[in-house]
Amino acid sequence: MARKLSEMEAERIKRKNRANWLLSMPAILLLLFAASGPLLIVIVYSFLTPGNYGGILWEFSGEAWFKVLFAQDIFDDTISLSDAHLSIFWRSVQLSFLTTLICLILGFPTAYFIATRPPKTRNIWLFLITIPFWTNLLIRTFAILELIRNKGVINNSLISLGIINEPINMLYTDMAIVIGMTYVYLPLMVLPIYAAMERFDFRYVEAGFDLYASRFKVMRRIILPIIKPGVIAGSILVFVPSLGAYVTPRILGGGKNLMIGNLIELQFGQGKNWPLGAALAVTMLLIVLLALIFYMRISQRSEQKDAQ
Amino acid sequence: MSKTKKDAIAIHVNGVGKYFGSEPNLVKALDNVSIDIRRNEFFTLLGPSGCGKTTLLRLIAGFESPTFGQMLLDNQDITNLPPYHRSVNTVFQSYALFPHLTVAENISFGLEMLKKPKHEISATVDEMLALVHMEELKHRRTDQISGGQQQRVALARALAPKPDVLLLDEPLSALDYKLRRGMQIELKRLQLETGITFIFVTHDQEEALTMSDRIAVMSNGHILQVGTPNEIYYNPQERFVADFIGESNFIEAEVVSVTKGRSATASLRLAGTRKTFKANMPASKSKDKTATVFIRPEHAKLQKSTRGATLTGTLTNMLFFGTDTNYHLELDNGDAFVVRSQNEIGHAFHPAIGDKLGVVIDEQAIQVLKD
Ligand SMILES: Nc1ncnc2c1ncn2[C@@H]1O[C@H](COP(=O)(O)OP(=O)(O)OP(=O)(O)O)[C@@H](O)[C@H]1O
Ligand SMILES: [Mg+2]
Repeated sequence: MARKLSEMEAERIKRKNRANWLLSMPAILLLLFAASGPLLIVIVYSFLTPGNYGGILWEFSGEAWFKVLFAQDIFDDTISLSDAHLSIFWRSVQLSFLTTLICLILGFPTAYFIATRPPKTRNIWLFLITIPFWTNLLIRTFAILELIRNKGVINNSLISLGIINEPINMLYTDMAIVIGMTYVYLPLMVLPIYAAMERFDFRYVEAGFDLYASRFKVMRRIILPIIKPGVIAGSILVFVPSLGAYVTPRILGGGKNLMIGNLIELQFGQGKNWPLGAALAVTMLLIVLLALIFYMRISQRSEQKDAQ
Repeated sequence: MSKTKKDAIAIHVNGVGKYFGSEPNLVKALDNVSIDIRRNEFFTLLGPSGCGKTTLLRLIAGFESPTFGQMLLDNQDITNLPPYHRSVNTVFQSYALFPHLTVAENISFGLEMLKKPKHEISATVDEMLALVHMEELKHRRTDQISGGQQQRVALARALAPKPDVLLLDEPLSALDYKLRRGMQIELKRLQLETGITFIFVTHDQEEALTMSDRIAVMSNGHILQVGTPNEIYYNPQERFVADFIGESNFIEAEVVSVTKGRSATASLRLAGTRKTFKANMPASKSKDKTATVFIRPEHAKLQKSTRGATLTGTLTNMLFFGTDTNYHLELDNGDAFVVRSQNEIGHAFHPAIGDKLGVVIDEQAIQVLKD
């Protein structure tokens, strides 16, 4: 009898699962066509031969993938690791990581602040957070440029206040790129953390205080673990687009400080090497994947450590 | 282990008030409350919903600071001390168990924060799990256990650090009758064994009467009366207290004369009767012409004949409670009156509804109320 019942339960769950699949079909189809389709094309292109004036020739070639990591000297044909590409990869990862970190440091207290306002004023704060999204990314980036250039608002006011004599050179540096990306992606950090915090029951904080946890311990042992999904989501939402950023490094990094996005664009444009561009794009995807796996590992390990 | 008298006070609440909001929406959750709670006392706060019980506990725990007034814990001013520096633990009305931790991790949390050695923590956790009968579920997450189980974990979590004072906000309300009885006995045993001061909030007056050393009856942010269960039950000072605990009869009486001795004694005549009787008069009422007296239903006796009876009336209803029966009468002046008497085997007296009956009340059972 008990076996029969458990079978019935299994059958019920199966039926429910089938219904769920059916309901999510539109989303699955969309993802399949809009995300997997183009990705497949990019992967296929990366294994083809570049055309003379851009585009591709339908001939298999592994050269693009070779060029991602290696460079062949024009004069003596010696093969070496491609310093140019590797340094751009490395810089992209560094700058994206730095951007994510700064967004987290700025975004966490912001989200905490909003979540602890009375419900009525919370919406006003959220509304303010979303205002930057109303303007075009390009225009916002130029606005930043206007702020940080040598004769820009910041330097001019610092000089007129007598705090500095010479303008601080910020534009066309890595710092400029990080400032720009932080500004652009900060809301993507604040919103998921806020969503997690809003659901957070602040009575847990009282229970923590009651059980002798200091403010720091309450933050580390109670608030952070409970809202961790929000922090992870925010970090991914900032890191991934930062790694692929194109507009910001182009305008604020000024051509010489390239990131992967610019490198890829170069191959499809001036470089006229679509397969290399495609291979670089897939490489970027792999870097994101690796970074995510690494991140998940770390957060899992910290969870285990907490549990001990 | 002899303690001076001053030592014996665990919690001293001195003229404390807690207001929420501002005019015109000012809520006086507590207004000028003063109590002394003794060390290792089982002290119960009793009162209707919204009277300020949870607010008082939250002030003692340190989650709120009072609008005015002062609080001492073991003669040390704790009015502005943060909760994590008070040796006070709370069993929350809403449990507030940490959802990301297991049952055992919840219980060990306080001990870890106090940096107790590992072996001591695991021993205490096991002891607490056994106490609340939760050994089997120690590795469950707290959002995967029932309400009653959560309540028991909340209790274990608050007890584990062995605080000086334990605040319990309706800690047994979600348990079934048998488990509740068992936990009541366990709690009482723990309180006697550990020396912890218990401040207990309950809606269940039977629970309050059986477990408490002293009870404070609260209403509307005030404490009306503090006393042993006996005093609260037999000598309520105010109508509210008498009414809130147990069943009561209230009768208007005319003050015939007052003789002042060490305590004022009055000669009173119950409304609708000729007989007078003597009773202690509260000092505040010594000049009044009328008073309300109060009589517990079990302190009145029913008799067949109206001759020699204190009061007479007609039987309107009978409610059978197993051991007892409540007889509802309509007195000759129209007031309602309840007599509770024990059922005895072979009892010859079987009144029927509509019978004219007499009620005999012993002079000692009559208590004059302040209001
Ligand atoms: N944060 C607050 N803001 C405004 N009013 C409050 C707040 N907390 C409590 N009150 C009010 O203070 C009064 C006392 O509340 P409290 O929670 O102490 O009642 P209680 O005696 O514990 O009731 P119950 O038995 O229902 O738990 C109530 O009128 C309540 O509405
Ligand atoms: Mg309450």
